[in-house]
Amino acid sequence: MKKKINYLLENVKYPLLAIALAFLIGSIFVILTDNSPIVAYSALLDGSLGNIPKFGETLLKTTPLIMTGLAVAFAFRSGLFNIGGEGQYLVGAISTVTAAWVLQDLPGFILIPIILLAGAFGGAIWGGVPGFLKAKLGVHEVIVSIMLNYIALFLTNFLVRVTLNPSTLQGTEQKAYSVMIPEHARLLKFNEFMPVFGYSSLHVGILIAIACAVGIWFLLFKTTIGYEIRSVGHNPYASEYGGISISKNIILSMMISGGLAGLGGAMTIAGLTFKVDQSSGLPGYGFTGIAVALVGKNHPLGVLASALLFGIMSNGSRKMQFEGIPKEVVGIIQGIIIIFIAGEAMLKFMTTRKKKEEKGEVA
Amino acid sequence: MANVVEMKNITKVFPGVVANNNVNFALEKGEIHVLLGENGAGKTTLMNQLYGLYEPTSGEIYINGKLTKIKDPNVAISMGIGMVHQHFMLVEPFTVAENIVLGSEPSRSGGLKLDMDKAIKDVEEISAKYGLKVDPNVKVQDISVGMQQRVEILKALYRGADILILDEPTAVLTPQEIDELGKILRNLTGQGKSIILITHKLKEVMAMSDRVTVIRRGEKIETLKNENTNTDELAEIMVGRKVNLVVEKDDKVAGDVVMSVKDLQAVDNRGIPALKGVSFDVRAGEIFAVAGVDGNGQSELVEVITGLRKSTGGSITLLGKDITNRPTSDVIDAGVSHIPEDRHKRGLVLQHSLAENSVLGSHKKAPFSKSGVLDYPKIHEFCLGLIDEFDVRTPNEKVAAKSLSGGNQQKLIVARELSRNPELLIASQPTRGVDVGAIEFIHKRLVAERDKNKAVLLVSLELDEVMALADRIAVVYDGQIVGVVNGKDATEKELGIMMAGGSQKKQ
Ligand SMILES: Nc1ncnc2c1ncn2[C@@H]1O[C@H](COP(=O)(O)OP(=O)(O)O)[C@@H](O)[C@H]1O
Ligand SMILES: [Mg+2]
Repeated sequence: MKKKINYLLENVKYPLLAIALAFLIGSIFVILTDNSPIVAYSALLDGSLGNIPKFGETLLKTTPLIMTGLAVAFAFRSGLFNIGGEGQYLVGAISTVTAAWVLQDLPGFILIPIILLAGAFGGAIWGGVPGFLKAKLGVHEVIVSIMLNYIALFLTNFLVRVTLNPSTLQGTEQKAYSVMIPEHARLLKFNEFMPVFGYSSLHVGILIAIACAVGIWFLLFKTTIGYEIRSVGHNPYASEYGGISISKNIILSMMISGGLAGLGGAMTIAGLTFKVDQSSGLPGYGFTGIAVALVGKNHPLGVLASALLFGIMSNGSRKMQFEGIPKEVVGIIQGIIIIFIAGEAMLKFMTTRKKKEEKGEVA
Repeated sequence: MANVVEMKNITKVFPGVVANNNVNFALEKGEIHVLLGENGAGKTTLMNQLYGLYEPTSGEIYINGKLTKIKDPNVAISMGIGMVHQHFMLVEPFTVAENIVLGSEPSRSGGLKLDMDKAIKDVEEISAKYGLKVDPNVKVQDISVGMQQRVEILKALYRGADILILDEPTAVLTPQEIDELGKILRNLTGQGKSIILITHKLKEVMAMSDRVTVIRRGEKIETLKNENTNTDELAEIMVGRKVNLVVEKDDKVAGDVVMSVKDLQAVDNRGIPALKGVSFDVRAGEIFAVAGVDGNGQSELVEVITGLRKSTGGSITLLGKDITNRPTSDVIDAGVSHIPEDRHKRGLVLQHSLAENSVLGSHKKAPFSKSGVLDYPKIHEFCLGLIDEFDVRTPNEKVAAKSLSGGNQQKLIVARELSRNPELLIASQPTRGVDVGAIEFIHKRLVAERDKNKAVLLVSLELDEVMALADRIAVVYDGQIVGVVNGKDATEKELGIMMAGGSQKKQ
């Protein structure tokens, strides 16, 4: 038990240090804008954690970040860089709306799981394509998944404007968003059964996201699938030698990764927006997911914590703005955290090297 | 005699390892001085410092009596030091002459144009002078490894080397080529050159050296004169205890055919044919060895049998079942275990724990997993059993495989592969880079498999190992089996001729 705690400390030490340092450096920028860091950071905390509805809003922002963070972390475990979370998230969202429209006559308790699965499935396909191309043709997954982000964006916009537009399906005038999913296909909101959540739109998606993190942890570290995926990520040659199919695991890992991002998109639709809006740019969750995975050290439970951190910063920054502090400061802090965490490997390398050299000299 | 090189109190520390600890070494003019030590003893590291590839953590180097700081190989070359590395550093598509003059090319038109005619003339001259025959006009990729080595030596001599360092030069040569190298080196010392020869093979020390310095675990143990020592003594000094250099093995009649390979063909990574119709049988209760110089198709043969490479023709049958081009998992299930030639590349997932590594290949089977869920308590228990039985030196089964020494990593792999109780054990370079203690252990285990009436296919570049262990020896050359001889009757000379492609005896 003590060992476990030590192990945990060893692993969270650097991220915590990085976060503390980032806030410290961030305060310089706050001072440069003639504001007090104390005011700024207490606004940040108050805005995100000040009361239960505020906390609810923070968790709401955290939910999709958990999903895209898990997606990136999972792919990374098999040695793949899934930069296509954006596209997978979008395809998940549009699949959900489509499924909800087509199957709207089903009762809620069947329809909700089905539309969420449809979203996960859409994301899985979108993630599976770069996986398949990598496994079979050796095309780099980063390039394919970036391209698929834009294809997803334009495909979504096309579907929203034409096929799924209320004007097409319900005979209304042309709208800039898709049809709404029916009432009975929507996720339960916390304030419906826990009034303390007040105005917060937090929905049960957060619980599903947490369950996903735990499930992914189990899959990675307790099952043969996870064993194979981690082996392929660390040493594909040894995996091959051990009878593990590299291509199968690359495809599988990208599909699971895409499925997670897709489910993220699905839950936003089913719990919050109920429709897909036309958009000129990518939603950003997929990219932030890369940072979330990095700070969470590609560990599913680390992703939970780091997604919360990003949720806090994103929600708290609004309150900071009310206090007259530019919200870019939050962006700066986020950037610094990422740089520090990315630099951690280097830092670690240098400190252990120094220790060893010192020992070596004595010996 | 004057010392041309003196290394005093050399210490070299790498992160986590003291590769050289207070080593003293001196090279006299005109001698062949062997640096002897097991793999990992620190021989290459010591010489890399003399050649300016590493800077010593502490200590001094004197060249011709003068304290010298050799901060890079250019300094070493200007001091008349040349080094032929364990892995050759030649440009394969270039000709012999181009390779030799590379970096100090004769030029025309004010340094703009390579004077190829002069280069060829220079090379012919120098090759005649030192009796190292080469054809300056052929491409390096088309000549044998022995020839490439000559090119490396000539390259050093061309740059004016008086002190020549050869790092494990015999590892890639046939016995005959080794003899020839010996003559070349004698000829060079006759012309005033001084030579440092690195090796871990005892016989060569006796055949080639004037003096020998033994290094063990980074420390210099002794410097001996050739005439005052013998292989047994050197072995003991090198390892640090009495060693049994012979493998004990009783006579045994081989049983039925376990694996039959027929007319097997395959290409290497570049798409060039590597196996050109290989056929042989391995029987129960025998160690069947494949000997040969590195790069004659051995790696491809093992990869094709184990499903890691597709064959382009021929068949492999295991106990009557066709396993040609089956996926590796099927080959494992059919009863084949495999000790791979490169334990870091293939044998282990270095970042994973010993426990996770101990079930690589059987992770999907009971009792290690059930309906896709791994039973970690069982896996740990199993790994502890292997650690105990195979004497793997480790704090526990939870540490990452990368934290073990090479010999212990190899023992873990051997343990894992034997634990599956295979019908056929393929051991590819099973003792490469492991200490003598582990070599003895692994040899005993291979013989034990044979005595349990299992089939063993041994692929090794070490002729001594092959001759000590094998019941039958097949020699490969250029992707073909040149001949098969009985282990008991085989002589080094005969095998050597076959390794060079000559088929003295076929059956
Ligand atoms: N560049 C390096 N970085 C870290 N460790 C090294 C390096 N080169 C060699 N070593 C370590 O130093 C020791 C001696 O290695 P080496 O000189 O190659 O041995 P030898 O040539 O006698 O087989 C080994 O433990 C090896 O792992
Ligand atoms: Mg060496």
